[in-house]
Amino acid sequence: MQNNYQSSEISSRRKNFIIFFIVLTGLIFLTRLFFIQIIDHRYKIFANSNIQRIVTDYPARGLIYDRNGELMVFNEPYYDLMVLPGQVREMDTLEFINLLDITKEQLENRLQAARVYSRFRASVFERQISKDIYAVLQEKLFKYPGFYVQPRTLRKYPEPVAAHTFGYVGEAGPAEIAANPYYRPGDYIGISGIERHYEEILRGQKGTRIVLVDALNREIGSFQEGRYDTLAVAGTDLYASLDLELQMYGEKLLQNKRGSIVAIEPSSGEILALVSSPGYDPNLLVGRIRTQNYQMLQNDTLKPLFNRALMASYPPGSVFKVANFLVGLQEGGITTHSRYGCPGYYRSGGITIRCRTHPQPVNVVSGLQYSCNTFSAIQFRNTLELPKFESMQQALTTWRDHIVSMGFGVTFDSDLSHELPGQIGSADYYDRIYGPRGWKALTVISLAIGQGEIGTTPVQLANLAATVANRGYYFTPHVVKAIGHPDSLNPGFLTRKRTTIDSVHFEVMAQAMFETVETGTGRFSRMDDISMAGKTGTVQNPHGENHSAFIAFAPVENPQIAISVIVENAGGGATWAAPISSLMIEKYINREVKRDWFEQRILDAAF
Amino acid sequence: MRPQFNFFKNIDKITVLLFFFLVIIGWVNVYAAEINENHRSIFDFSQSYGKQFVWIITAILLITIIFTIDMKFFPAFAYIIFGGVMLLLVGVLLFGTTVNASKSWFHIGPVAIQPAEFAKYATALALARVIYDNKSKSRTFKDLLKPLMIIAIPTLLIFLQNDTGTTLVFAAFFIVLYREGFVPGWIIILGIFGVFLFVLTLLINEFVIIGVLTGLSLIIAFFLRKKTSSVKQLLALMLLINAYVYVVDYAYDEILQPHQKMRIAVLIDESVDQRGAGYNLHQSKIAIGSGGLTGKGFLQGTQTKFSFVPEQGTDFIFCTVGEEWGFVGSVVLIGLFLTLLIRIILLAERQRSVFSRVFGYSLASIIFFHFMVNIGMTIGLVPVIGIPLPMISYGGSSLWAFSVFLFTFLKLDSRRLEFL
Repeated sequence: MQNNYQSSEISSRRKNFIIFFIVLTGLIFLTRLFFIQIIDHRYKIFANSNIQRIVTDYPARGLIYDRNGELMVFNEPYYDLMVLPGQVREMDTLEFINLLDITKEQLENRLQAARVYSRFRASVFERQISKDIYAVLQEKLFKYPGFYVQPRTLRKYPEPVAAHTFGYVGEAGPAEIAANPYYRPGDYIGISGIERHYEEILRGQKGTRIVLVDALNREIGSFQEGRYDTLAVAGTDLYASLDLELQMYGEKLLQNKRGSIVAIEPSSGEILALVSSPGYDPNLLVGRIRTQNYQMLQNDTLKPLFNRALMASYPPGSVFKVANFLVGLQEGGITTHSRYGCPGYYRSGGITIRCRTHPQPVNVVSGLQYSCNTFSAIQFRNTLELPKFESMQQALTTWRDHIVSMGFGVTFDSDLSHELPGQIGSADYYDRIYGPRGWKALTVISLAIGQGEIGTTPVQLANLAATVANRGYYFTPHVVKAIGHPDSLNPGFLTRKRTTIDSVHFEVMAQAMFETVETGTGRFSRMDDISMAGKTGTVQNPHGENHSAFIAFAPVENPQIAISVIVENAGGGATWAAPISSLMIEKYINREVKRDWFEQRILDAAF
Repeated sequence: MRPQFNFFKNIDKITVLLFFFLVIIGWVNVYAAEINENHRSIFDFSQSYGKQFVWIITAILLITIIFTIDMKFFPAFAYIIFGGVMLLLVGVLLFGTTVNASKSWFHIGPVAIQPAEFAKYATALALARVIYDNKSKSRTFKDLLKPLMIIAIPTLLIFLQNDTGTTLVFAAFFIVLYREGFVPGWIIILGIFGVFLFVLTLLINEFVIIGVLTGLSLIIAFFLRKKTSSVKQLLALMLLINAYVYVVDYAYDEILQPHQKMRIAVLIDESVDQRGAGYNLHQSKIAIGSGGLTGKGFLQGTQTKFSFVPEQGTDFIFCTVGEEWGFVGSVVLIGLFLTLLIRIILLAERQRSVFSRVFGYSLASIIFFHFMVNIGMTIGLVPVIGIPLPMISYGGSSLWAFSVFLFTFLKLDSRRLEFL
């Protein structure tokens, strides 16, 4: 056999076998094709009389409750009219455009735009059709193949408060779609606030169903008993740390004023109220009215979209003396026994800082109590000029590090959106301005009273109050208390942040702040039944009337709330910010406010 | 003798005609499958169908070049071409880019080239040369070694690129080896039986098969108990088959990658879930099945567009043919392929040179393998393996490679009388 492998007979047999095998394969294919194309009608039914449509199920976005389980954000159903250009056939366009109240050009343009996107993927034809049109359309949809109605939901806010904190939801833009394949044109995405930070938790997971649609454009069931469907997963509910009642009260107190209130629970860092005034009704930034209203709010000269509580960086003024005194005590620039006289001003090297008349001499407690600028300047200079520091740079850097450890000059990296870091003057900064040898303690003396190269945000000031309340540590301020279950804890914010100052010094400051309210600059806001510790501030404003500032916590022995209030262009801290703080504290602790005239005075004020 | 300026003299016109029929059918169907409403012109170069036109024109240029080359060039340079392409295959492993998990592309400016497509051609040349050189004309195992080496090198290199489809194509060379007497017929039959048993093993619990086979053998052995030698052979065969069944089961569970397993599982049982694989196959069958007798007409297909059938211009191009041209169109296309294949085999058989014959058979075998796997997968007879339908599917490398392959053979054929 090995010799005749090439004999023509055997070769020809092999050739024939190969040809036979090829033809057999062809015949098997044709038989199979005969069966699926001619005998078996199932495929025609699948494809011809039934058109498959991939329907996206949009899960309801997670709801948002307040810390007490009060509903703050929910969903309202509505309908989008969708179009699949590849399935659009001849139709009665006149009736159609009358039904939707659009022009023939609009119809053509929208169909063309949808075709450009895709002939076989759905586009939104008309957004949020009204319930009336929806009812009529349902009856007549069979006349318009390729069109169908997609249920969606929109955000709704029972109380028009905390707009900045919730943020808003809008359609995903081209950039978001490119960045994350989850999003398709027409999908919604959280754009700011909680909606953005917790987007993946709130949105859930879209599902897709393949449904069969009959020749009359009606869904007649699922394809293959839903074998290829994916289930939508509902969004997870959130429990905001906000106290709805307190939030509403805060917004009411700031009516007709510009400013902000931040209230924090010191023992957890949970933000109880976050008010930025003027605000806006969150219901304005929902659905198809959003773009128009957004324009309107953006053009408003009062800047309602600007979240002052997180983004406005003010020089803190006298409230910052709390932080400065803490550094002085820690570094040894002053002790609790240091006493200085105050002639009504501090003057050195041609620089004068004015003070007001108050009992004297003062120590660290009464210095804070009367907000003595002289004492503040002396202690700050003493601290920077301590012999242990080899250079001014080292001294200022030490001071700055302590300040930063209290949360200033940096963002908290929290779940708050658009948080700004503010600024704290640094040695590098002064080196650049004055040269490495060109500045000394006196050059930066305005830092002693919270003025100069220093900017802090209201949430940072509230955090300072919380840190004193805790005698030396804080939890990252945040607005979502729990995810999914009201009793769970938001796992991102459980770490205790220690400052670099010993707690004994905080005890001194807590005492000083208590005295400030009892008999010092804040005594006008003292309450009989709640012990409050606070510090007033009057922020010098070169552009107009001074800003009124106040930080506080209460009750002193068992702090439950720490607060900062800033009222722009209102004047002294004791006159406006302090009373507002005390009202907020009274509201939170007693759940009601009994000082009617006191409250009315605030409500009537406008700046 | 008058100098030869007519390069195309003696060219086999039937094959050329068949080739261009298929190329045009391919182009039209790529257009139907991938048509973009905003770029309706078939010559729009931003779209795949416009590009395919460029590939066709350049393929004709390549064909002309092939025909200007002296036919002695091909056997003479067979090993050099083979060596060069093998270097490219190594190069692509080192410097290539990855597309669809296969590291098998060179990107040179805007052009992407897949050397594996040309490896088939180079291997055919080298295989033809090595068998042509085998002057002893004997067919011992030793003689089989060199041809096997030539097939094994590109197979291994392409396997390393993670391109399973193209790797499997090299199995087609066994048809050539069979024709040349290197592989006896029973091995081919055994191979087919092996595939049958493979599928059976995955369908039915392997112990059931082993049990049934053992039982059957014992019964037959009982009747043959007088003939001791037959019983021994039978029992040996039984043990072998049982071992095979066991190995298949093991290989399926332990060696195949999950996506490969899934493709086989889908084929065997359509109802195996797979939002991916099962859905594609199902959609492919709906598209073809809904074509009916005469199809829905040119550009009227509803299923072969993006939402349903995947890779509609490349691997699943037959869906468009089936949907828009129906059973009639399918018969025509399959008929054209069968005619082309038989024509190539008949041409191969009339060669005086072993080189040309082996090369011709290689061409027929490769086209056949592509044809069998590609169409077979769209109608659910073969697992989903991503290889193109020759001349039809969209793609420059594939079209160029098959054009060069086919016309090299036609060149050899046109000068067959000059061969010794």
